[in-house]
Amino acid sequence: MARMKFLCDADRCIECNACVTACKNEHEVPWGINRRRVITLNDGKPGERSVSMACMHCTDAPCAAVCPVNCFYTTADAVVLHSKDLCIGCGYCFYACPFGAPQYPRVGNFGSRGKMDKCTYCSGGPEADLSTIEYEKYGSNRLAEGKLPLCAEMCSTKALLAGDGEMIAQIYKERVIKRGYGSGAWGWKTAYRETIAI
Amino acid sequence: MRQPSHLGTLAMAALVWASVGLTQPAHAVNAPDGAPNPTASSVNEDLLFRQAPTIGGRVSIPDAKAANLIQPQGREWRDFRESWLPWIGGLAILGMIAALALFYFTRGRIRLEHSEESGRKLLRFNGFERFTHWMTATCFIVLGLSGLNYIFGKRLLMPLIGPDAFAALSQWAKYAHVYLAWPFMLGVVFMLVVWVRDNIPNRIDVQWIRQGGGFLGDQHPHAERFNAGQKVVFWMVIGFGFAMSATGLVMLFPFAATDINGMQIVQGVHALIGVVFIAAILAHIYIGSLGMEGAYDAMGSGEVDLAWAKVHHDLWVKEQLAKTASGPQLGRGQVPAE
Repeated sequence: MARMKFLCDADRCIECNACVTACKNEHEVPWGINRRRVITLNDGKPGERSVSMACMHCTDAPCAAVCPVNCFYTTADAVVLHSKDLCIGCGYCFYACPFGAPQYPRVGNFGSRGKMDKCTYCSGGPEADLSTIEYEKYGSNRLAEGKLPLCAEMCSTKALLAGDGEMIAQIYKERVIKRGYGSGAWGWKTAYRETIAI
Repeated sequence: MRQPSHLGTLAMAALVWASVGLTQPAHAVNAPDGAPNPTASSVNEDLLFRQAPTIGGRVSIPDAKAANLIQPQGREWRDFRESWLPWIGGLAILGMIAALALFYFTRGRIRLEHSEESGRKLLRFNGFERFTHWMTATCFIVLGLSGLNYIFGKRLLMPLIGPDAFAALSQWAKYAHVYLAWPFMLGVVFMLVVWVRDNIPNRIDVQWIRQGGGFLGDQHPHAERFNAGQKVVFWMVIGFGFAMSATGLVMLFPFAATDINGMQIVQGVHALIGVVFIAAILAHIYIGSLGMEGAYDAMGSGEVDLAWAKVHHDLWVKEQLAKTASGPQLGRGQVPAE
């Protein structure tokens, strides 16, 4: 089985936000929830850089560790998913997540959060693959159809890569060698405790 | 002449090479085709982490929290919550239970000393005081149990009842924790108002502490309405109560007052004070019920036995009796005809 990862080649990201829009549309993500977003560092200054960020599907995921009801699980493809039936919306996963991935619909008073929502790596949830209930709770399941996450698939500059960690690292390495520069795999040290050596 | 000059050129070249190597980042080298690196001046992850502990920028969506790119502090918060907190909480609470059990089995229940005044009743806490106490106490018990569920539930309860039942229970526990926080906060404020007057520390307390509160010897030190031990409980409830309220309010309105790192610290403080608070209140529950005969009546019916009161709060009894020798302070029908 593959070890699925995301890699954003920041030298290529042009902050078009198409990945954000594609994600929202593909999964019918409600208003106020962003499974993916593009962050611009040093905005408007020399040295500006944009990085597309979502759940990184960490190795030894912090969200899963701190969850008080153990609603997280890791799939055979190393994708970190969770059950909205078990989630109580406590917000702990957001405190632990290094990437700000967990999102909560606001459902009531006193900041009471609804069931957490986050990037599923386009692979649904614990419900039966490609079922209506899975789509309603977690969005579409492209992985079950043999497709990769839509954000990366439709990235116009191919800055965002998704797929098996070793394969996308290889693609990135070849790019860096060919063009002669690269700023590294953003977030990999924090998510997977490794970087891509070139 | 030629030799030194050649050496000098070499040394200069070495210096220039070294300084270039030091100042130019590794990614600034030109592409194999000689084209310059268009992003050579851009920031990178290592550089940003050297400047600040988190990496953040600008996002085009309204959610300001989303502007954080990487916050590795989540890992430290995780270590606190998963490695430290269960041990600190477990030791504090089990340690207190063990200490109370040890006290009970060695010292035993503190018995009511009977005298000729046994049976006469004296009003100790009026209706409002008792209402305040029990409202706060009921909330505290639910808040304490639902709070402990966040730490120990998945370790102790979930293996027993299964993930689905446990998640449903935890959902209701969360609602209880969020909503009962309000009457609890109100109760703490009420307590401050009705009891602060009788809880100002004074010289009698010093004497009470010096005599070990009557726990150690046979002699009962003087005490007014509240002895030094009760004053400690009062001020602890006020202090911890306000600290729990303040940190709790920050969490009830997440990210309204602080950012992600602030939320992590606030949650840690809330949890730490919470477990210590629970352990301390266990001692209060013990001495007010099982630990001392006659003590429960004060908060139960509100009326205490005069014999008990004279032993434990002699100065207060004197004051009360002087105020109303046969007035409403004395229990109905139990006043001896004089």
